[in-house]
Amino acid sequence: MSDGKLVGIVLVSHSAEVASAVAELALGLVGGGPAVPVAAAGGTAGGGLGTSAELVVAAAASVDRGAGVAVLTDLGSAVLTVKALLAEGDELPANARLVDAPFVEGAVAAVVTAATGADLDAVQAAATEAYGYRKV
Amino acid sequence: MLDADFFRRWMTATASSVDREADRLTALDSPIGDADHGSNLRRGFTAVSAALEKEAPETPGAVLVLAGRQLISTVGGASGPLYGTLLRRTGKALGDAAEVDEEGFAEALRAGVDAVMQLGGAAPGDKTMIDALVPAVDALPDGFGAARAAAEQGAEATTPLQARKGRASYLGERSIGHQDPGATSAALLIAALADAGAEAGGE
Repeated sequence: MSDGKLVGIVLVSHSAEVASAVAELALGLVGGGPAVPVAAAGGTAGGGLGTSAELVVAAAASVDRGAGVAVLTDLGSAVLTVKALLAEGDELPANARLVDAPFVEGAVAAVVTAATGADLDAVQAAATEAYGYRKV
Repeated sequence: MLDADFFRRWMTATASSVDREADRLTALDSPIGDADHGSNLRRGFTAVSAALEKEAPETPGAVLVLAGRQLISTVGGASGPLYGTLLRRTGKALGDAAEVDEEGFAEALRAGVDAVMQLGGAAPGDKTMIDALVPAVDALPDGFGAARAAAEQGAEATTPLQARKGRASYLGERSIGHQDPGATSAALLIAALADAGAEAGGE
């Protein structure tokens, strides 16, 4: 289990604004629970659209409390960059994991679940379950 | 035998070629992609050249691992992790030998191409860089020149295909009739291999 430490969440989007807004949305829905470490890694280091491996690595390091790090991504290069970093072996925290989930809904589920003190498996399961939420 | 100098020349030749062809790559990426393939790869390979000059890795494997790492870090688009994985996995497959023979290199490059297919989930015929890389690896036992020709043919053969991966796949049938920019840049990478080989033969 997490020994009182919360799972960290990293949100990787092609857009800095999308990543930070989704982080803000998810944290806003937590309510009065403990503060979940959430970091946004959006856009390129130069402020453009795309994915920056440096921003992802820094974000993951900043939210690692020893209980695991769940990384959620949006499209294309965000997914591939995180997968490539995980394959590198030593770039992301040892307990970091790419979570297969819809970006907005998955982020909310992950952050709310992490705020309960749940472990990484439970956070991942909650985020992935968001795929099953039908709107029509 | 191929030594670290050969692999440095390969990367430097790729950087020159990408720099020269960046506008064409971006033009190919305009109708079916987000019009940044040339500028992204130029930024990546410029970083590769700078890193190789600064760190001067001593083995073929170390040259490619360093180059791959730079691409993953600096490109910003999907071609970064894809080309980065190609070079890094090829480099790792080469191990820490000071020199490799052409047969060993062909095997390592195939491992690299397999890793790219696994990462991106693309297969031959999906209108991606794989359509140039797989024929090149298949032809490599016949020499670098054969690999170059196979990669170029593979890239040209993407024109009538419908994209099934990446940004272009959203266009459906409208992706037909355009040569794939990723297959085109992959053909440049393989052509640079032939250039590096020709330079070795001329020494």
